Amino acid sequence: MRAVMDVLPYLVAVWIFLAGCYGLATSRNLIHAVGCLSVCQSGTYVLLLAVGYRDDATAPVFSDVEPGSRPVVDPVVQALALTDVVVGATVTALLLALVIQVAKRHGTVDPDELSELRG
Amino acid sequence: MSPRTRLGLVAFGLAGLAVLLVAACLRLPGFGGDSHPYGDRAVRESLARHTANTIASVNFDQRAFDTLGEMTILFAAVVGCVVLLRQTRDEHRARPRPADVAPPVRRYALIVLPIALVTGLYVIAHGQLSPGGGFQGGVVAATSLHLLYLGADYRALERVRPVGLYEVGDAVSASAYVVTGLAGLIGGTAFLANTLLPYGTFNTLSSGGTVPLLNAAIGMEVACAVVVLLARFLDQAVEIEEESGT
Repeated sequence: MRAVMDVLPYLVAVWIFLAGCYGLATSRNLIHAVGCLSVCQSGTYVLLLAVGYRDDATAPVFSDVEPGSRPVVDPVVQALALTDVVVGATVTALLLALVIQVAKRHGTVDPDELSELRG
Repeated sequence: MSPRTRLGLVAFGLAGLAVLLVAACLRLPGFGGDSHPYGDRAVRESLARHTANTIASVNFDQRAFDTLGEMTILFAAVVGCVVLLRQTRDEHRARPRPADVAPPVRRYALIVLPIALVTGLYVIAHGQLSPGGGFQGGVVAATSLHLLYLGADYRALERVRPVGLYEVGDAVSASAYVVTGLAGLIGGTAFLANTLLPYGTFNTLSSGGTVPLLNAAIGMEVACAVVVLLARFLDQAVEIEEESGT
């Protein structure tokens, strides 16, 4: 049981990432594709937080915890996850703006119908 | 390429990727293990500089330069959205008509708006002490304004939200971050090094040296950026219409 729990959270992250990739590759709608990219990115959040977890530990915030009294989880990966979330949100916003322009210019959001170039 | 061959290719690629990732996972240190060398050092440094929230210390002190890059990504994305979602030649603006709002929705939105706004500002101000910080609080504060759109209508939102002002605020707060970094150079230390200001008393609002300043700059930047982004998307949904017959 212990051996399974040692890797299970990492495998969950892998599963989420691959599910997002599958969605991206088979997507028939650009808005759906942007959503799939967000799913891929959620896999990285799970991976980062799983790497930083420590058994029986609390949050690395010492406003109400005496320093040294309890183990804390890894703050470095939490800060990385925060960066990840911010970058993910901005990328999503930018991609959705692009989708709006594609829909206006081409009248479709199906990537398969966007094969020809238009000036 | 037919959909069938493409699906086959995707399945082949994903299977290969899955094998590699699972093999990598099996070699990772066990989940919940006790060995976090970087984490332990980050906690020690954060306590040495009187910052109660270690994550704020990592973001605005130990990795302040990376956060500058992150902020630049946010700023560039906002500029990109503003450029992409502008009004084009074959479109015109239509004044949205006032819409009726169900009384319970209106009441709830107007009660929650001030609470959400104060919560957002609180989260920004206490970024170096408690969970949260500029990024999280900025988003809460910016979205709280948009409760006015749900509770009243689009015109009411436009009155409290002059977008031009928020665009300037975005740029000003981005520069404030850089200026705080440059202050370190003038003070004889290094760019964004947190050695200029006194560290203050642990667990008070002014503790942590430059962490509260950078945190506030990021809070303002994120709040302005989210307001500008949502304004551009709302413009597309509510105001901008295509010319008929083009």
